[in-house]
Amino acid sequence: MTARGGLRTLLGGVPGSQWGRLATFLARVIRTRGSLFGLWVLALVLVVAVTATLIAPYNPNRTIGAILQGPAWSYWLGTDHLGRDVLSRLVFGARVAVLAGAVSVGLAVALGVSIGLVAGYRGGWVDDVLMRLVDALWAFPTLVLALAIAASLGPGLSNAMVAIGVVFTPAFARLVRGQALSVREREFATAARALGAGPLRMMLRHIWPNVLSPIIVQSTLMIPQAIIVEATLSFLGLWIEPPNPSWGSMLRQAYQYIERAPWLSLFPGAAIFSTVLGLNLLGDGLRVALDVRLRQRGTV
Amino acid sequence: MARYLARRLLYFIPVIFLVTVVIFAITMLLPGDPALAFLGEGNIHDKVAYETMRKELGLDRPIPLQYALWVGRALRGDLGRSVRTHEAVLGALAARLPVTLELAAVALVIALVIAIPVGIISAARPNSPVDTAATVMAVSGVALPEFFVGILLIYLFAVWLRVLPPSGFVPLSAGLGANLRSILMPAISLGLALNAVTMRQARASLLEVLQEEYITVARAKGLSEGAVIRVHALKNAMIPVITVIGLQIGRLFGGTVVIETIFAFPGMGRLAADSIFFRDFPMLQGVVLVMALAVLICNLLTDALYAYVDPRIRYA
Repeated sequence: MTARGGLRTLLGGVPGSQWGRLATFLARVIRTRGSLFGLWVLALVLVVAVTATLIAPYNPNRTIGAILQGPAWSYWLGTDHLGRDVLSRLVFGARVAVLAGAVSVGLAVALGVSIGLVAGYRGGWVDDVLMRLVDALWAFPTLVLALAIAASLGPGLSNAMVAIGVVFTPAFARLVRGQALSVREREFATAARALGAGPLRMMLRHIWPNVLSPIIVQSTLMIPQAIIVEATLSFLGLWIEPPNPSWGSMLRQAYQYIERAPWLSLFPGAAIFSTVLGLNLLGDGLRVALDVRLRQRGTV
Repeated sequence: MARYLARRLLYFIPVIFLVTVVIFAITMLLPGDPALAFLGEGNIHDKVAYETMRKELGLDRPIPLQYALWVGRALRGDLGRSVRTHEAVLGALAARLPVTLELAAVALVIALVIAIPVGIISAARPNSPVDTAATVMAVSGVALPEFFVGILLIYLFAVWLRVLPPSGFVPLSAGLGANLRSILMPAISLGLALNAVTMRQARASLLEVLQEEYITVARAKGLSEGAVIRVHALKNAMIPVITVIGLQIGRLFGGTVVIETIFAFPGMGRLAADSIFFRDFPMLQGVVLVMALAVLICNLLTDALYAYVDPRIRYA
């Protein structure tokens, strides 16, 4: 099975042209109101993150009014403890959330897929060593390991993303290894080996396309988790690069003024909640759309 | 059963070895010089004292030897001394572990007491108002970060209604009522996500089991729906639920870092956060090691519970 075969697997074997099949697949994903909401949230967060400089009403790091003002016509979401516009900071915070979610999960996919493919395809002692290492990483509480790695790498968003990526690697490594083990024994894989396909060709041309759809589903479900971990790290003050805003660091600052200005905590918290909720629902929609068994049962 | 558990224990040995390697590697990478941290700012230019301290801490030796010495000492129960407070790491951990264990246990109880019955009712009456409410609760619960829930609860119960203390831990020795009042908000914040995940899993796996043929046979025998669920479906449906709870234990321990920081709890989680911020590497090594071991022990207990619930596992 080739990469085109992988796309066919992903699109669930729907007939018609490639674009037509993609449209059918998307229609299947957004069949529920939840995943449609998720798609809208994803689109909104992406647009806000990309166009932050154009749509933010003020410079997010500049004092533009009195401190701790409630929502008003000039400052829709009020001002923070330094008199900065909360809406503008929220808009720029979306960039951090998108970057953290995408880059850290991208890194986890790259590392996890490589480890899982090699372990699952090679088997034997290579599999044993790699999987015990994965199990060791799995033994740490996610947040504790992310905190420790981020602290040892030093402050900065890039280091926080590397830390989250490493912490999420075991989930992908285990998933891909399991899939690779089962694909390796299938007839088309045996046939390809008999035709002289080497290990690299086997992994990239034959096994990779077959593990693509579970990876896509897993990634969609891990991105919101990565956003939560990043927000937690910045809430704890680990990678803060003042004065740049992130939703977690905004909550950290707002929490100090919870008695005087409770709304300050509400906005970044609601931003994290709705983004994570939307992505989770979209992930569920994708999972159901890609899993024939779940789709037929219709109970999920 | 004993053979099965012995096999699982043997499997944990290389994992524990690798866990120690990972912890040691991370703390070696921590920026800052531990010898300077031990000496304090006053002695920063004293070269003789600095060299003596490096020797005392074993930092002049090759890294593999430093690792072996650390493991050797850890096996004898010596995890070193805190760079910041100079107290013995093991003593500090022993003082703080009960607080974290109590917090995690209360969070677990709150989560399960709500999740399992609601999950069962949802599966027994799919698409009913209870099911819809439970689904909304579960989907929202997973999306709420623990620290945001904590902040909302503090605002609601401590700032607005003023019925619970905003932070601080009251030990059990000061009275059960005061202890529970201090632990309620942190435990709810910590348990909400676990509650949501468990509820979804309980509902999904019970729904799946209820479609099995042996359930149809049980219904055909004339058993009531309650008896079908209680006697035939529940035990099989609980196996994936145990898996999910086992997998969430790590998250529970991880969550204590942020929750104990918000609620000023003198537990392991706050100790982990403090030791990271103060570059207290012996303390960090100790905290992370104990947390990882706790997760591994919980995994082992989960395996034992599996084997108890499903005989196929222990005889496989």
